Amino acid sequence: MRTSRYIPVLALFGVVVLVQLLTLTGGKAFFLTQLTMSAYYSLIVIGLCLLMGFAGQISLGHAGFFAIGGYTSAVLTTLNLSAYKETTLVALLAKTGILTSRQDLYGGSLLSVHPWAACGIAVLLALVVAWAIGIPVLKLKGHYLAMATLGFGTIIYSIVLGTQRFGAADGISSVPSFPLLFGVSVSGDSSQRVLNYYFAWLLVALAMTMLLNLIHSRVGRALRSIHGAEDAAGAMGVDTARYKLSTFMLSAVLAAVAGVFLTHYNGGIGPSEASIMKSVRYVAIVAVGGMASIWGTLIMSVVLNFLSLRGYFGSFDDAVFGGILILIMLFAPDGIIGADLRALVKKLARKKNSVDNR
Amino acid sequence: MFLELFFQYLVAGLTYGTIYAIVGIGFNIIYNTTGIINFAQGEFVMLGGMTAVTLSGFLPLPLAIAGAVLITMVVGGLIEMVFIRWLVKPSVLRMIIITIGISILIREGALALWGESVRSLPYFTGNEISAISVGNVRLSPQVLWSIGVCSIIVVFLNLFFKHTMAGREMRACAANRDAAALCGIPTKNMITLSFVLSAGIGALAGCVVSPITYTQYNIGAGLAIKGFTVAILGGLGNSMAAVAAGFILGILESFSIWVLPTAYKDAISIAILLAMLFIRPSGLFGNKEAMRLKDF
Repeated sequence: MRTSRYIPVLALFGVVVLVQLLTLTGGKAFFLTQLTMSAYYSLIVIGLCLLMGFAGQISLGHAGFFAIGGYTSAVLTTLNLSAYKETTLVALLAKTGILTSRQDLYGGSLLSVHPWAACGIAVLLALVVAWAIGIPVLKLKGHYLAMATLGFGTIIYSIVLGTQRFGAADGISSVPSFPLLFGVSVSGDSSQRVLNYYFAWLLVALAMTMLLNLIHSRVGRALRSIHGAEDAAGAMGVDTARYKLSTFMLSAVLAAVAGVFLTHYNGGIGPSEASIMKSVRYVAIVAVGGMASIWGTLIMSVVLNFLSLRGYFGSFDDAVFGGILILIMLFAPDGIIGADLRALVKKLARKKNSVDNR
Repeated sequence: MFLELFFQYLVAGLTYGTIYAIVGIGFNIIYNTTGIINFAQGEFVMLGGMTAVTLSGFLPLPLAIAGAVLITMVVGGLIEMVFIRWLVKPSVLRMIIITIGISILIREGALALWGESVRSLPYFTGNEISAISVGNVRLSPQVLWSIGVCSIIVVFLNLFFKHTMAGREMRACAANRDAAALCGIPTKNMITLSFVLSAGIGALAGCVVSPITYTQYNIGAGLAIKGFTVAILGGLGNSMAAVAAGFILGILESFSIWVLPTAYKDAISIAILLAMLFIRPSGLFGNKEAMRLKDF
């Protein structure tokens, strides 16, 4: 039973390799770029799935956490501290490797924060913000929770849009690549495309493994009990406030990590990544995936994000997601993949049982 | 000089306050009959303004506004009939997501229909530079129009809810839907009526303020958040308190320009919203005990 949980994760990796080989033989290697980006967006969505589908808390502000991750990393890795090289603090940081110097486009030297350190700071910041926001917000329910998280998202968006340091409407560009191990780095460089594709999906597979373990543990059962009946869960001794908060923080961290890496991959970030429409889009994908189905969410995330990034929806991009949202919630509030598949499996199992019994 | 500036800001705050109040009342009307927060509320204001601008191209202004209000009312009614009427006991989460989807569709529809350009109706009397002097303060007549029309809306709603059969039936629905249905009140029709009504007042407010605040396809979402802030500030379901709350928010926002950069003006209302939700979700004028009994 325990190992069977990991079979789908292995299957996922099989599919990832297969897709890469298919794009290679089909001469569509450029698809990998969008698939890599889809993988990063999927990180946010599966985190949100844990929050919405399992803990039962809606968040209309998750693009805010993505933006916190992306913008923190972008600002720290593009700032220039060369002028302060002499001050002790900067010199000390440079010596420890937290600051690195590199050449900018015009050959001048830049002294800025190392991507790894920036990533750490970004994730830490998202964690702290999620904690500070989560404590009051998660006491709310229903409409109030939705509006409060929407309000949080809007504040982040207006801060990003209204601050010169964040590039206002233009966003931040020329973000350096993110060095991983053995000369591999997260960047939009086409020579690194295949490796980046695998790295992104490795992150997704890791996150999936972690979330699957969580769901099938004591914590997962506690979360489901909160979703089912919060008061009853509390009465049974589940510390509902703590579980809700830590789930919120976990999903925020996943969103921030996605923000950091996608920003380095794209070489920049713009304010549209923080917009409410993005948050709504993530909610839509979780809804289509079946709310409490982490695999359904992942599949729909890849399909919809890929189609959207390739521009198949044209100028109706947002309208498509709005339409999907309405249709799913009207006709199949349990999602399209989740419910039908589960019913089918059950049906088959029943048939097999009745055959066996005979 | 200081006093003049003070009054100018005050008047600007009141003007914006009226529209926030109307959106807030729109939230309350639908919330009272259905228990739903209609996230597409701000879209009605946008639709009203946009349709009126288009109609005013070939109709006299009063007719164009009347037409725009009627069309928006029909849209509001259709939304209820197509998306909401036939759902059996939908969960709150489901309704939130559906109304968000509706607001996106309306916005994208408006974008396809009218494009991204910013539009506005002509001034009802005079033009951009005409002004009425009250003491040392100069007012645009449109400010008086918008405050006047919004006051009339509030008075009309009050009369409607207190003295007409339909209004009383809607209040019965708000108090207890099951009991109202047992008394022979067609509750489903009352819900449709609440959508029509709140679409209508939203559209009318959208027309009146259009010359001052301008209309664009994407103003709905921002207005919805502010209207919701106002509804919460006054206490959800309490329409008259929403008027007071609307003025409070409008004035706070307009004076915030003294201390904060304009870009952060929108953050004021959200900060107030969050603070209210955390500290006193029953609203400034609401009753804490009554709030606990409500289902949301």
